[in-house]
Amino acid sequence: MSFWETLEVAWEGLTLNKFRSFLTALGVIIGVAAVIIMLAVSAGAEAAIAEQINALGANLILVGPRRGEPGAARNFVYEDAQAIAELVSGIVGVSAEEFSHQQVEGNLARLEDINILGVDTAFPLVRDYGVAQGRFFTAEEVERRLKVAVLGHGIAQDLFGAEDPVGQTLTIAATRFTIIGVMTEKGMVGDTDYDGRVYIPITVLFQYYARSQMGRDRIRTAYVKVENMEDLDRVIARITTVLAEKHGVNPARPDFTVQTQQEIISAQEATTETFRNLLAWVAGVSLIVGGIGIMNIMLVSVTERTREIGLRQALGANPDDVRRQFLLEAVILSLTGGVLGALLGVGGAELMNTLGTIRTALVPASIPLAFGAAAAVGIFFGYYPANQAAQLDPIEALQRA
Amino acid sequence: MAEALIEVAALEKVYGAGKSAVQALRGIDMTIRRGEFVAIMGPSGSGKSTLMNILGCLDQPTGGRYNLDGEDVSTLDVYDLADIRNAKIGFVFQSFNLLPRLSALKNVMLPMLYTWENKPNADEREARAIAALEAVGLGDRVDHRPNELSGGQQQRVAIARALVNRPPLILADEPTGNLDTQSGEEIMSVLHQLHAQGVTVLMVTHAHSLANHAERIIRLRDGVVQTNGDGKGDAL
Repeated sequence: MSFWETLEVAWEGLTLNKFRSFLTALGVIIGVAAVIIMLAVSAGAEAAIAEQINALGANLILVGPRRGEPGAARNFVYEDAQAIAELVSGIVGVSAEEFSHQQVEGNLARLEDINILGVDTAFPLVRDYGVAQGRFFTAEEVERRLKVAVLGHGIAQDLFGAEDPVGQTLTIAATRFTIIGVMTEKGMVGDTDYDGRVYIPITVLFQYYARSQMGRDRIRTAYVKVENMEDLDRVIARITTVLAEKHGVNPARPDFTVQTQQEIISAQEATTETFRNLLAWVAGVSLIVGGIGIMNIMLVSVTERTREIGLRQALGANPDDVRRQFLLEAVILSLTGGVLGALLGVGGAELMNTLGTIRTALVPASIPLAFGAAAAVGIFFGYYPANQAAQLDPIEALQRA
Repeated sequence: MAEALIEVAALEKVYGAGKSAVQALRGIDMTIRRGEFVAIMGPSGSGKSTLMNILGCLDQPTGGRYNLDGEDVSTLDVYDLADIRNAKIGFVFQSFNLLPRLSALKNVMLPMLYTWENKPNADEREARAIAALEAVGLGDRVDHRPNELSGGQQQRVAIARALVNRPPLILADEPTGNLDTQSGEEIMSVLHQLHAQGVTVLMVTHAHSLANHAERIIRLRDGVVQTNGDGKGDAL
């Protein structure tokens, strides 16, 4: 029998029970769609991280309290950031940052739960983030704890619309601030909305919105920008020494962390990779389950059509003819499932992106990959039933009711 | 005298091994010449089904020799046997064995799908199937499915299927067993026509009245040939 004749016979076999064939293919459809969507989701997560790298710059060092270390959060304070700025050479600046969520009110609106970020004068330089209108606050304003504020680009529009906010009054939780500037538009970086924040002197934040404990001004993060990338390791070592001495801890077991942007990203990437591997396994398992479904139905089909097989054998079909017919039925099922699954996967990933529920990025290689996996599943799980059919004894097969 | 189409010598078939072995055929010798119409009769357990399966190349003997159309087929493997069945034997079954989802035409075309040597092309296959259906008087039923045909018509489709590869031998196993008397007579007359055209017909039956249609009756009992002759007038 030629390939096309076998294909025709296999197709006739499948159309015998269309709904059952569809249900059988559904296992593969879901499996293939799952592979494509899972890969698109993790690629989307990776793209978000990559954006974060670009936005923050590689020459940034993050210093913060060690998580999970008792008392560490209490020990990491504003003075630590100031000490780094004074004692460590080869750096552009240190930006100490602490935040609080408060209600804010402008001319047009009152907004709840707005991120108020306390920073000092190094902030625009270290974070590559400047003002579009007005100016940023000065060292004097920080030192004297003046109630001045700089708005993110988005929140300025929310609170003042088309009006120029510079010189106007902003109320943050019943305390009145003078607006001195508006930042440039920066958008979302990772999950931080830079444009939706209000920036005030970190000293003012400590005074009004952060509960300082025992007179110590805790901060969550200090960003240190190095001048030359070659100096990175030396600067990290120096910061560690300075802070360990100041905290009175062993530099080998510090109660703070000094990480490069790259390290944080690598850690995140490792998480995404674990996540992706897990998803790939889940998707792979669903493909295997789909394959088992095909095997199951093919075994049923061989049993139901034993007499037909016996007849074909009597008419001259040899074991290879029979094996190819049933193998091709399984492959058609899985490939049809593969095509429909690929369409569903691509459509699903695009839809998730459009609806904004989960960010996805289609991985082009995932389509042939999923498709190839579907074909392999069809051949692998179709072979056993097809072989059972091929090995039937024609006499017994013909006698079967 | 015409040359032999089937030559069987000392044919044996044993099922199982050791103490539980069952000897179904205990040395059959017989010759069927080209163009003969022969009936094989025998009570159940006589070995006639076993003999039919071996003559139909669906099974292999455990001893003896079977020559079909000048070729020793008793030692061929399953692949060669499939080719022999396809080229040299047309089966007619008691229960027709048509594929219900296929039209009469497609059913008749089935054997040609499995032909390797001198395989007819698609047009030729259709033409030959139509010719075979016309030969059994169903030229106007080619597109009917089996369930749209009477039992007699279905068996005629099966005969057309048996004929389509122009085999030298038609093996009919109780061809009228599932039919009423009138349809049975129709089928017998079709077999007579084929015989008249020179086809060798070998029919297994337990009905004396059908066996009498044949030129010669071979009776089996306990795995051996009991009588081999015209059989007419025998008491059963």
